[in-house]
Amino acid sequence: MALKYEDVIAKYEPVLGLEVHVELGTESKMFCGCNTVFGAAPNTQTCPVCLGLPGSLPVVNGKAIEYTIAIGLALNCSIAPFSRFARKNYFYPDMPKNFQTSQYDEPICVNGYLDVTIDTEEGPKEFRVEIERVHMEEDTGKSLHMGGATGRIHGADYSLLDYNRAGIPLVEIVTKVITGTGKYAPEVAKAYVSELRDILRGLGVSDVKMEQGSLRCDANVSLRPIGVEKLGTRSETKNVNSLRSVERAVRGEMIRHAELLNNGEKVVQETRHFHEDTGLTTPGRSKEQAEDYRYFPEPDLVPVAPTPELIEKIRASLPEKPSIRRKKLQDAWQVPDKEMAAMINADVLDLVEATVKLGADPTRARSWWLGEIARLANEKGVAAAELPISSADVAEIVVLIEKGELTDKLARQVVEGVIAGEGRPSEIIQSRGIQVVSDDSALMAAIEKAIALQPDVAEKVRGGHVPAAGALIGAVMKETKGQADAAKVRELLLKHLGQA
Amino acid sequence: MIKKTATEMASSLKAGEISSVELTQAHLDQIAKVDSEVHAFLYVDSEGAINQARAIDEKRKSGADLPPLAGVPLALKDVMTQKGIPTTCGSKMLEGWRPPYDSTVVTRLKENGVVILGKTNMDEFAMGSSTENSAYGPTHNPWDLTRIPGGSGGGSSAALAAFEAPLAIGTDTGGSIRQPAAVTGTVGVKPTYGGVSRYGLVAFSSSLDQAGPCARTVLDAAHLHEAIGGYDKLDSTSINAPIPPVVAAAKDGNVKGMKIGVIKELQGDGYQPGVLKLFNESLELLAQQGAEIVEVSCKYFDYALAAYYLIAPSECSSNLARFDAMRYGMRIGSGSAEDVMNLTRQAGFGREVKRRIILGTYALSSGYYDAYYGSAQKVRTLISRDFENAFKFADVLVSPTAPTTAFKIGEKANDPIAMYLNDIATIPTNLAGIGGMSLPSGLAEEDGLPAGFQIMAPAMQDDRMYKVGSALEAALLTKWGQPILASAPQLGAK
Amino acid sequence: MSNISRDDVANLAKLARIDMSDSELDHLSNELSVILDAVARVQEVAGAEVPPTSHPLPLKNVFRADEVRSSLTPEEALSGAPAQEEQRFKVPQILGEE
Ligand SMILES: [Mg+2]
Ligand SMILES: [Zn+2]
Repeated sequence: MALKYEDVIAKYEPVLGLEVHVELGTESKMFCGCNTVFGAAPNTQTCPVCLGLPGSLPVVNGKAIEYTIAIGLALNCSIAPFSRFARKNYFYPDMPKNFQTSQYDEPICVNGYLDVTIDTEEGPKEFRVEIERVHMEEDTGKSLHMGGATGRIHGADYSLLDYNRAGIPLVEIVTKVITGTGKYAPEVAKAYVSELRDILRGLGVSDVKMEQGSLRCDANVSLRPIGVEKLGTRSETKNVNSLRSVERAVRGEMIRHAELLNNGEKVVQETRHFHEDTGLTTPGRSKEQAEDYRYFPEPDLVPVAPTPELIEKIRASLPEKPSIRRKKLQDAWQVPDKEMAAMINADVLDLVEATVKLGADPTRARSWWLGEIARLANEKGVAAAELPISSADVAEIVVLIEKGELTDKLARQVVEGVIAGEGRPSEIIQSRGIQVVSDDSALMAAIEKAIALQPDVAEKVRGGHVPAAGALIGAVMKETKGQADAAKVRELLLKHLGQA
Repeated sequence: MIKKTATEMASSLKAGEISSVELTQAHLDQIAKVDSEVHAFLYVDSEGAINQARAIDEKRKSGADLPPLAGVPLALKDVMTQKGIPTTCGSKMLEGWRPPYDSTVVTRLKENGVVILGKTNMDEFAMGSSTENSAYGPTHNPWDLTRIPGGSGGGSSAALAAFEAPLAIGTDTGGSIRQPAAVTGTVGVKPTYGGVSRYGLVAFSSSLDQAGPCARTVLDAAHLHEAIGGYDKLDSTSINAPIPPVVAAAKDGNVKGMKIGVIKELQGDGYQPGVLKLFNESLELLAQQGAEIVEVSCKYFDYALAAYYLIAPSECSSNLARFDAMRYGMRIGSGSAEDVMNLTRQAGFGREVKRRIILGTYALSSGYYDAYYGSAQKVRTLISRDFENAFKFADVLVSPTAPTTAFKIGEKANDPIAMYLNDIATIPTNLAGIGGMSLPSGLAEEDGLPAGFQIMAPAMQDDRMYKVGSALEAALLTKWGQPILASAPQLGAK
Repeated sequence: MSNISRDDVANLAKLARIDMSDSELDHLSNELSVILDAVARVQEVAGAEVPPTSHPLPLKNVFRADEVRSSLTPEEALSGAPAQEEQRFKVPQILGEE
């Protein structure tokens, strides 16, 4: 029987280390002019350099350097006045040169930190995650494993390689060991990756799509008995590709380690693979000996020595930190903490902000994104941002509601139509013949009918018991098939019954 | 016509005395006649060369203003990519590979209208000093077919000495342009590191490799240097500055008042007496023309060979990792990708290449890096300081290019250390990244074979080598009454 | 005397992905010992005060603009491939992670 999480944290202290790889959103690759657009036909974005053809030479993309410095600054790092590329030598078919051009002992950014806040039962809690380094490197090609039963590498008959991704600029962000998170380790890990993603998105240096692999996280986890100084043996879980998975992978590894330790067994230092379906990890192929990468300075490239002027220029152009931006938005919209956290969790903050910018009321904008749209997203098993409805659509709908041209109920039909691909809100209102009944005489007729059918209720309202009006309003809405504006109905009804 | 200099050929082309097609055909005929004996070429692109020549002739006819070397043929070391033309680097590993792109050197040759005859033989991946390490059989020295033509660029130098081409491209990592030039009686120049783009030069040791011109005269080399040299944005280590005025310097050839520094450490023990005698006679000729001869000491040169045989293998172990049977080149064996890599690399690389890969893998491995690769890099600093110091006392530095004349094929094949000593005088310049030139100093009295005179200049002062080389060449020509190659044996009698 | 054993060479050959024969391993371990003896002398003068030179040129900050250049056509890219399928390089099964 699996160990309970409470039992794990009662006995052990988790120690984390997170490595995040981010594909930069430059137009061209790290060392050549090939296009970086995602999803192109195989091997259409390759050249002698990124195919590692004999004789080819790399030249550094200056934009990638600027982006990396921006990331370093946003993470409170110091920028090295002198840094170099190094070759990391190992053989792997998806790596055309059989060395990765990376950075080793002279990375461009070092010693930063990132503060993250998690929501706990005792209220929000802040943790500081220290950053060891931010360095530049290049991505590898992609393999398709063919034949065999599973389509996985194991048991495949052969592989097919596409080098379009090879040489896309990657930035690797490595934390120092993260201690002191206690039972919140999984949440801190998730919050760190989430916050990092927001920062990178804010900087505009990457599209940070975990599902497309442009942001990938490796999680190192170890346990030590509470009170013990010495670090335990860690496992490294590779390529955890969603925020939820980061949390699950850390929690799962903590439980797995604890079980081993409780049984007097040893944790093996190894890489492991996370499986979305089961939430469990399986071991990578164990290596008989630790890989010796034989790093040495890349002789085909010259050092990177950013001037203080360049660094200051980049610093001056940094956007507001997501945490500050969130605070400002929260103040401006007057949102309670819980609602704010809900928006962050559902990853709709940017969408709400854009909707408000287009003229929508913040409260209404929020409730649409967090309510109906989130519900539909949930139904489809996707993120709200992935639904084919834009901030402009929602803003248009909210404005129509405010003008009384749509009711909430009708608006739901419009949202449904937009997501079904029927067109923009105005087109759907037209084609579906959606119209609010705003003609006072038609409404009055319906109100009188409702009063006639429920005279006792009407009497209560007349007597000053306003909440009882709900039943009459409901009847009117029913009579008008939802095409009336409920607020308007209420107003007319109360006036008619002498309560306004 | 094929015995003339490239500069003379260029004038004849310009004057309309001969067409490029005729000139190219004459060289193709000579290749057909003698290359079965010399084996300088791995691939002859007769059709492509004639087509290039015809295009140049047509341009000339239309009155276009053509670059100086337009229409002159050239032999290309098989380490340079040329689009669509087999590029093997003398290795089985790349047999049949036709690169889909041109090296920058080839792009510039094409822009200059130079006609590329074909690809020349070399030690596998440029590792060697004799061209015996080619997977396609050795090249023979036109002066004595039982002897080596030097290496790694033995094919290029032998092609010049056998009049198969008036110009050639070489690459020099530890002497691979200069030592072959010395033992074949030709001229070879390693420009300052970064002076000629490495883009498309299949890397052996990236921080040492340098492409450069091979020719039969100093002025011819200068013309070729100007054609292929200069900044290239495809090579991060290319120097972004104008090419030093090497043609003007070669035409000038005035050494009056120049200080010529003789490096004490590059003579004496291990140097063939006849080679040293020629070296000293050359110094005398320079002194007669008004140069001042001084002696300088470079005490860390003793460590240059050791540093070189750590740095070059280390870099090559990484550079040659890409030959893995996955994307191009040889693939043999079955099983997993890893099995196929292992089997292909075993079968595709020759002995010397494997030896250096293993040595480099060792020198870079954890626990040994500091002692070997790291220490070698420190020696590199010391050698550069030696040069800097010596150049305080002299405008150029000189030495014999190689300690001996050409040895017999097979003589040193089983003694890597003895083989490595061939490059003892040429390696320091590669470590420091400065320029070096070799030109013939005469025939050694012991064996009647050519010896080389090496001139070294500070970084980006390549013109000084051409000035001194041209002065010495002129004085020697006066002394001999004919070019040195006029005394070479006739080939193609068979 | 540097002593490179046959096992050492076998390990290096494995790292370098060369499937060497036993006789080659024997031969090379002897040769490497001799060569390493000869080159180990670099340590004699490589004092702590001497900075290493990894590159002969004092260049720095060589960058290209972030501009897309035309790539090879897929036919050109795959022109040297020992095997191909679906416009991809076809390689033997990769034994690796997972
Ligand atoms: Mg990495
Ligand atoms: Zn590319």
